[in-house]
This record gives sequence, structure tokens and C-alpha cells, in this order.
Amino acid sequence: MIKAILIFNNHGKPRLSKFYEHYNEDTEQQIIRETFHLVSKRDENVCNFLEGGLLIGGSDYKLIYRHYATLYFVFCVDSSESELGILDLIQVFVETLDKCFENVCELDLIFHVDKVHHILAEMVMGGMVLETNMNEIIMQVDAQNKMEKSEAGIAGAPARAVSAVKNMNLPEMPKNINIGDISIKVPNLPSFK
Amino acid sequence: MPAVSKGDGMRGLAVFISDIRNCKSKEAEIKRINKELANIRSKFKGDKALDGYSKKKYVCKLLFIFLLGHDIDFGHMEAVNLLSSNKYTEKQIGYLFISVLVNSNSELIRLINNAIKNDLSSRNPTFMCLALHCIANVGSREMAEAFASEIPRILVAGDTMDSVKQSAALCLLRLYKTSPDLVLMGEWTSRVVHLLNDQHMGVVTAAISLITCLSQKNPDEFKTCVSLAVSRLSRIVSSASTDLQDYTYYFVPAPWLSCKLLRLLQCYPPPEDGAVKGRLVECLETILNKAQEPPKSKKVQHSNAKNAILFEAISLIIHYDSEPNLLVRACNQLGQFLQHRETNLRYLALESMCTLASSEFSHEAVKTHIETVINALKTERDVSVRQRAADLLYAMCDRSNAKQIVAEMLSYLETADYSIREEMVLKVAILAEKYAVDYSWYVDTILNLIRIAGDYVSEEVWYRVIQIVINRDDVQGYAAKTVFEALQAPACHENMVKVGGYILGEFGNLIAGDPRSSPLVQFNLLHSKFHLCSVPTRALLLSAYIKFINLFPETKATIQEVLRCDSQIRNSDVELQQRAVEYLKLSSIASTDVLATVLEEMPPFPERESSILAKLKKKKGPGAVSVTELEDGKRESGELNGGGDRGQDAASTPSPSADLLGIRSSAPVSAAPASAGSLLVDVFSEAGPAAPSGAVNDDGFLRFVCKNNGVLFENQLLQIGIKSEYRQNLGRMYLFYGNKTSVQFASFTTTVNCPGELQSHILQSKPVEPLVEGGAQIQQVLNIECLTDFSDAPLLNIKFRYGGALQNLTLKLPVTINKFFQPTEMASQDFFQRWKQLSQPQQEAQKIFKANHGMDTEVIKAKLLGLGMALLDNVDPNPENYVCAGVIQTKSQQVGCLLRLEPNAQAQMYRLTLRCSKDSVSKRLCELLAQQF
Repeated sequence: MIKAILIFNNHGKPRLSKFYEHYNEDTEQQIIRETFHLVSKRDENVCNFLEGGLLIGGSDYKLIYRHYATLYFVFCVDSSESELGILDLIQVFVETLDKCFENVCELDLIFHVDKVHHILAEMVMGGMVLETNMNEIIMQVDAQNKMEKSEAGIAGAPARAVSAVKNMNLPEMPKNINIGDISIKVPNLPSFK
Repeated sequence: MPAVSKGDGMRGLAVFISDIRNCKSKEAEIKRINKELANIRSKFKGDKALDGYSKKKYVCKLLFIFLLGHDIDFGHMEAVNLLSSNKYTEKQIGYLFISVLVNSNSELIRLINNAIKNDLSSRNPTFMCLALHCIANVGSREMAEAFASEIPRILVAGDTMDSVKQSAALCLLRLYKTSPDLVLMGEWTSRVVHLLNDQHMGVVTAAISLITCLSQKNPDEFKTCVSLAVSRLSRIVSSASTDLQDYTYYFVPAPWLSCKLLRLLQCYPPPEDGAVKGRLVECLETILNKAQEPPKSKKVQHSNAKNAILFEAISLIIHYDSEPNLLVRACNQLGQFLQHRETNLRYLALESMCTLASSEFSHEAVKTHIETVINALKTERDVSVRQRAADLLYAMCDRSNAKQIVAEMLSYLETADYSIREEMVLKVAILAEKYAVDYSWYVDTILNLIRIAGDYVSEEVWYRVIQIVINRDDVQGYAAKTVFEALQAPACHENMVKVGGYILGEFGNLIAGDPRSSPLVQFNLLHSKFHLCSVPTRALLLSAYIKFINLFPETKATIQEVLRCDSQIRNSDVELQQRAVEYLKLSSIASTDVLATVLEEMPPFPERESSILAKLKKKKGPGAVSVTELEDGKRESGELNGGGDRGQDAASTPSPSADLLGIRSSAPVSAAPASAGSLLVDVFSEAGPAAPSGAVNDDGFLRFVCKNNGVLFENQLLQIGIKSEYRQNLGRMYLFYGNKTSVQFASFTTTVNCPGELQSHILQSKPVEPLVEGGAQIQQVLNIECLTDFSDAPLLNIKFRYGGALQNLTLKLPVTINKFFQPTEMASQDFFQRWKQLSQPQQEAQKIFKANHGMDTEVIKAKLLGLGMALLDNVDPNPENYVCAGVIQTKSQQVGCLLRLEPNAQAQMYRLTLRCSKDSVSKRLCELLAQQF
């Protein structure tokens, strides 16, 4: 079973946390910090598995992670999962994100947390894997978007108009965004595709 | 077109996130968040009804704030309201909020359940999936109560959409995990198994997780999944990379599903049906063959997926442990991976080999890789991999390579990572003890251990070395000499001082003849460390000093001087002060005779399981040491495991009283000092009485399989003897309880419990007298009737008070199914005819095992006769083999049994085969007998 899925950046800022077992908020934050501490001090080219920290199950659990440019994707799993299988699953997750967001970058995860959750929900449910076929996952996400669009078409029109007007002041946006730490453009990734 | 278009995001949300990201300090961030929280709160509380878009925006903001680690204590109600919206977008965000933020004991659950109920019955697949997701994510008991009966129906209904089926399968799994009592097996169970055949691979993927979990808990009910899983696996493995289209991942057909199928098969023994088994073996061979083929892609994903399947296949082969051919191939494949350039593969290979090392068939093959593994331990850059290498060295260790492995581990310890040092120390200590051929090597190793990694040497380790030195008089002189030398190092670890103090205090006299280690030199050496030590160690040293006074009267004046000085006799620590005062008085008042008695050498410690092993087990958790335990069971005989002469005798002498001294009694005597406070007791007194124990002691049990009379249990207080006789399906057992002390046992009660199906086997037992006088023996009679065949044994619980302390003891009564045997004589021809009649695979049970005792013909014959069967001569064409026949008499039926035991003197192994007309009997007899030879 997958106990938790965490995404954080190179500075330990969480970008997604999904726990399939209940912890209170403080413990969740501690787990994220501990996991970041464990994972970030490891060199590149060492193995992608390590024993879970003290908070998340001890030696019965493993952390399986991949590092893509600025982001760490960490799955915490018990011994019933195949380590390499989970590595593949992370890859499927990232490739799916990449297809859904067109060259995904850290900013997409920040500004569309809800979408990322929805995509993840098509893959993993209650800690077990629901679907591994990328096309199937994307199909489901597409269907959701269509529904959203059709709904927005009727009721969301005014809001969208407002948002469109506000968005017209485009040059302001990049200024707000600190580009320094967000350069995950997928083609640079060595282990990607 | 990207599936998520970025343009239509929520402007307000984007601005808020950007604001947060621009905050220069944590304080600014918190200020901005609080402002936003106040804003949202007022919006939620405000009079104006919010439209769906705004609700969604605010909920998204709350999610973001939560992700940053801030508590969200409102908004739940709004989220629940979103659930009942007709719009997908609003419903979706409501569910998201709830699955991220609502925990399972929220009082909102009832409202949420209502919304879920509506969505489940909506027949809109998207809404149903959202609802199922929510149940699976929250998974509370209330939800299980509300939906546990509904979900199986959705899962197996013919008209359910595939995507809903997938969600329903995993939802049910979650509910089964949290509240197994609420998920009732029923008509749906058989249909769930058939989901393995589903057209849609996604459905199979989700269903297999459910089936695996259900099979682990109810293996019999889900047995049919084995053949289905094998045929599914076989179809995947033999398909071309294009056959499965979308489920082909980097040219590997359905790797995830293959792994899960192989995992499912690991819940069961090898298939009994020959055809199924053949097909499975073929699959496994294909998988192994594919590993040797050139890769279809250079991408790491391709090899990852391929190897994921390969590792699962190897796990399955190891799990079956019955195909020597495949095991050796698996071992070779892992051997290749040990040197692979991918770190992940080296890691996994080391891990798999650990389990392989415990198989009879492949232990030797694993050992051939020792050099590679040692090299990995020395050169791997990754601590995770080094840790696995250390684990594997531990698992592959046996007598032949123990010295090399222990030496390598010791040298690795000098540079080992801090995180694994403690565990390494324990492992070295265990291996050194287990495979010690001579004890001087053992003492050297442990002292080296303390020297190299003293900080990580736990109490257990140095207690153990002292126990062993005390119990073995041939090593005492050597130990004293070595420890004396070790103490001469300018800086030595406090643990070394402890060992030194204890050993010199006991055995310093053995090296006192040498002027270089004369009594005074010894004393001065110890005392030079005194001031650097902590209070417990000082306390121990004081005890060593008083022992010196007894051993070497010439040191008396010097030591009294030390004891008398203010820093001792007026020490601010009460314990130290008390010792100084008492020892001083004792040494000046008591006569030499009294001193000699009080300060006599410590008596040998009772044998028991190594406390270090217990510690390692505790440290690694229950799952992680299975390998170790397996090994222990396998190789226990003939090892110096117990640490003393008596330990060895126990293994070879059949005399029950000698080996029943409670070796594994889980009621340890407080032999090793547990804390500073108890040290005094330890130096002066004999081991105290056994502490109360709740665990079942079944040590004696196996000794009675082939005999009816003897001592079942003995400790310092109590001895229990047994006499029993059996005829047909009836038996009578006399139990004798002997009080070994001179004190009365009060409230002595015994109860016999028959677990589960055994319920009515014990017909009657009269209560015993509540008082057992010191030195007296009382008797109890049990009448036994065998109603049907059984495998558990009745439990005897004994409670009594000894000197105020309640003693509690539970023993397995040696009533085994073979007691009801009637021997049957038959000729060779009859025997083989019947043997053939019992040819169904489940009627046969077979075990191959190492000889635990000498393979003496007469002893084996005596044991087989003791078993109760007729030993048939001139039946087996090979005169070395033994064959027996008998009928088990139970009240309900008779079970015919045939036995064949084939010894192989060269390999020191036996093969035992049983065929009975009832399969459970074959199995049980095989288990019982495999531990007798």
C-alpha cells in the first residue's frame, strides 16, 4: 500500500501532499520535513529507495523517490509494493502531468493544486493503484475538463469575463513570479522519455 | 491540446499565491495568510450567497494554505454544501476538500455520507466515482457501516461501467482494511475472483489489489484465484509488446499487473494442479529468459519495468522454495545484478539474496558471492546499499565463513555510517557468539567491538560476553588477560571498563601470577579509570574492588584506603556512598570465611535465548528478522548457541531433565544487571525467582511426540512431570507438580484450555489442592478423548503464589494426533498398493530437512516406534529407508497413514513423506515429525 505521496521542491517547499493514512496536521508537516531531510541529502546516482524515517512507519516502509530538476516526487510504500514498479508509477505520474499541462513546470503544480489532485486521484485511490495506463488517465481528465467547460459556458461566463479582463495586464504576472527556482522544463530532464 | 488549459485558472487564487511567494519573511507570509483567512471567513459568513465559482476559489485557497502547513478550522460546512451541488466542478472541489482535510472522526461524516449516498445512486458514473473516491480516502467506520453492503453490489453488477468498477474495487479494499468485520463475504466473493478475467486491464489492476488482500485473510475461499492468475500472467508474459497497446509500458507488456499477479501467487503454496503448475513454471522460465535478451530500448524505464517483473518472479521462486533448478537460476541472475551499474538493481539484488540465503537449495550458491558482497560493503557510495550488503553478509554467514565475515564487518564498523552502527554491532555480536568455534576468538571479537564502536555497544552486548565468560571456565583466564591488556590503552571506552571491572573482579586471580599483572597492578589499572566513569560504572567498580579483597587479601589495605576516602564514603550519590560504606564495613568486620562465602564467584547463568538477538528483533520490527529466525531454527543444533557446555549437552542428550531447564522460558531471571540499582543484588545474590510469565512455553512439547513419560517443564521453582497412556481414541494423562523450594505455594490452580476446535477433547480434570507444601508433589489426572483429528494442542495454565509474587505459566500439553495411532502390520505388496491408492497430491505431505541429531539407526527406530506406528521391515527396496503404517483412531473416523523416511547420511538430510487418507493429518504429522530427527 502507498502510505503517502509527497512532492516538494529543492528547498523543501511542499507542492503536493497526499496521505492515505490519517495523521494530524502537525505530524504531516513533520513527515514532510523529515522526508525532505532524508531525501535531499542524497547524491544523484545513488539508489532511489531508502528506509522510511521514524515518523512514517520505520523500517517496514520504504521511501521511493525520483528527482526531476527542481522537484522531488516521493512515494512512501509498504513492503507489499514492488520498488521498481513504484518508480515506473512515478514516471507515469510525471508523464501524465506533462501531457496535461504541456511541459509541466513547478508553477503548474503551485497554481493548479486542485488539478494535480484530480490527476493523482485517477491513478491512486485510498493508497492503492487504480490505473497505470496513461492514455486512460488522460482520457478521464479530459472528460472532466469538458464537463467543467460546459458548465462554465453557462454559469461561469461573467466570472470568466472578469478574469479575462484582469489578465490582460499580462506583463505584471512574470514580475510576481520568482523565476529563479522554477525552471523545470521537461526536455532538460535526463531520465525523462 | 493540453488536458488542462492554463488560461482559465482562477485569477484571485493566482494573485494570492503570487503574494505568498513574494513574501520576504515567514512573518509576512503568516500575516498575508491570516488576512486571507479573515477575508474568506467573512465571505463564508456574509449574507450574500456565494456563487459556485467563488466557493470553489475560496476552497482552493484554503487547500493551498493547508498545504503550507497551516491549520484550517473552518470551511468544512461550505465544502459539504458543495457536495450536493448539481454542478460537477463544485461537487469535485467539495470532495477534494473533504478528502484532504476531513479526518475520519469528524462530526460532519453523517452529512457527507448523505451526499455520498445520493451520488452513489445517481447512476452518473462520474459522480459515483467521486463518491467512491471519497469513501476510499476517508475510510472511516461510519462510512463502512453505511456503505459496506452497497459497494460489493456495485462492484459485481453487470451494468456497472469499467471506471466505476475500478473505483469500487479499491473502495471496498479500503473498507475491508479499516473494518473487516463489516465487509461480509457473500455471493459476490466468487464473482470478484473472476474479475481477474475481465476484458479491461484497468479493472484487473484494481481488482487484483482487492483479491490479494482478501486472499491473505481468507486463503481457502479465494483459492480459485490461483489458476486464474496463472492463466492471466501466462497470457501477458507470452504476448508481444504491441498486443496490449496502452498497457504496454516502454515495450514491456503490462508490467504493473504482472508484478501484482506474481505477488498474489505469493499468498499461496505452489499450485497443486499439475497443468497449472506447469504453465506457471513456464512463465517463470520465460521471465528469466527475457532477462538475458538484449533490451528493446535503451531507456531506463524499459529495464526498470522488465526488472520489476523479474524481481517479483524471483520472489515467487524463493517463496515456493521447491524448484532447485529455478532457485539456482534466480541466484545466478541476482549474482549478475550484484555487479550491475544501476544502483537500484544492486540494492534490490542484495535484498532478494537475503531471502534466498535462507533456502536450503540456494544457501551454498549465495555463499559464492561473498567477495562481491564484501566489496559492496566497502565501496558502495550509497548507505542504503551498504546496509543491504551488511544484511546479506549476516544472512549468508555460517560456520565456514563466520571468521571472514565478522572480520569484514568489524573493519567496516570503523567507518560505518552512524545510522547503522548500532545494528551492525548487534549483528557482529550475534554472529560471533553463534559461530564461535573457540571462545578466545569470541572474546577477542567482542572486545574489539567495544574498542571500535564502544558508543554503539548496548548493555545487552556486554552483559552477554560476561554471561558467556562466567559460564565457560576454559575461557576465563584468556578473557582476564585480554581485558587486562585492553584496559592498558590510554583511552578506553567505558563499556570496556565495565567488562574489565566485572571480569577482573571475578577472575583476576587467574592472571595474578604474572608480576606484570599482579593484584595491585590490576587494581591500580582499574582505579585509574574510575574518575572518568559514570555513576553506574563506578558502582560496578566498587563491587569489583570488594571482590578483589576476597581474591587478594594483600590488596585489602589499599582498597580500604580508597573506600575510606571522602570522595567515596561521603559521595553525594546515594548508591555509591552506600556501597562504599557497606563494603568498607564488610571488609573490616567479616571473617575471611564469611567474605569468601559472600563474595563467592558468580554461579553460571541459566541458559536462554541471547538477549542480543531479542534486541535485534525488537529493533528491526517483527517482519524484518524472519530470515534470522529461519536460520536459527535451521542451524541451531550443534552450535555454541547457548553459550555454555550445558547448551551443547542439551542438544545431544535425550535426558529431558537436562534440557528442560527453561532454556527459552520467557521468564528471565534477573541475571544481567539491569540498572545501577540492581547491581548490588547481582554481585551478591544468586539469581532470584522467575518472574511471572504469560507466554506459552512449548519447549517440552516436541519432546513428547515420540514418548509418553518424562519431565515436561522445570524451572527454579517447579517441576512438572508427565505419565500418559493411550488406547484407541482414549487417553489418560497423569500430571505431577513438584515444588522444588522449601516454601509453600499458595492458591495453586491449574486450568486446561482447548483452543478452538479442540473444545471437547479433555473429558475431565479434577481440580488440584490449592496448597503445595515445600518439597511436596501433587498429582492431577486428565482423561482425554479424541473426537476428530486436530493440530492444536491443549494449553495448561498454572497459577500460584510464591513468596507473595504471582506466578503464571502456560504450557502446551503434549497431546498430539499420533498418540491415537494403532500400529498396522502389512506386507510389502499391500503397502505399495495402499501407497498408490493415496496418490492425490493433497494426501501427501513431504519435508526435506537437515538432521538435528545423530543418524543412528537404533535411535531412529525407537523414535518411529514411539510414534505409535508399526515399523515395517523388508518393504522398501532400499534397506536404508524406513516405512511405517498405522491407523489413527478418532471418535468420528479412522485415518490410515503411511510413512516413509529416507535418510541421506552423506548430506545429513532426511526426506520424510506421509500419505494419509485425510490431508490435514498428513500435514500435521509431517510438521510434528520433521522436528524429531
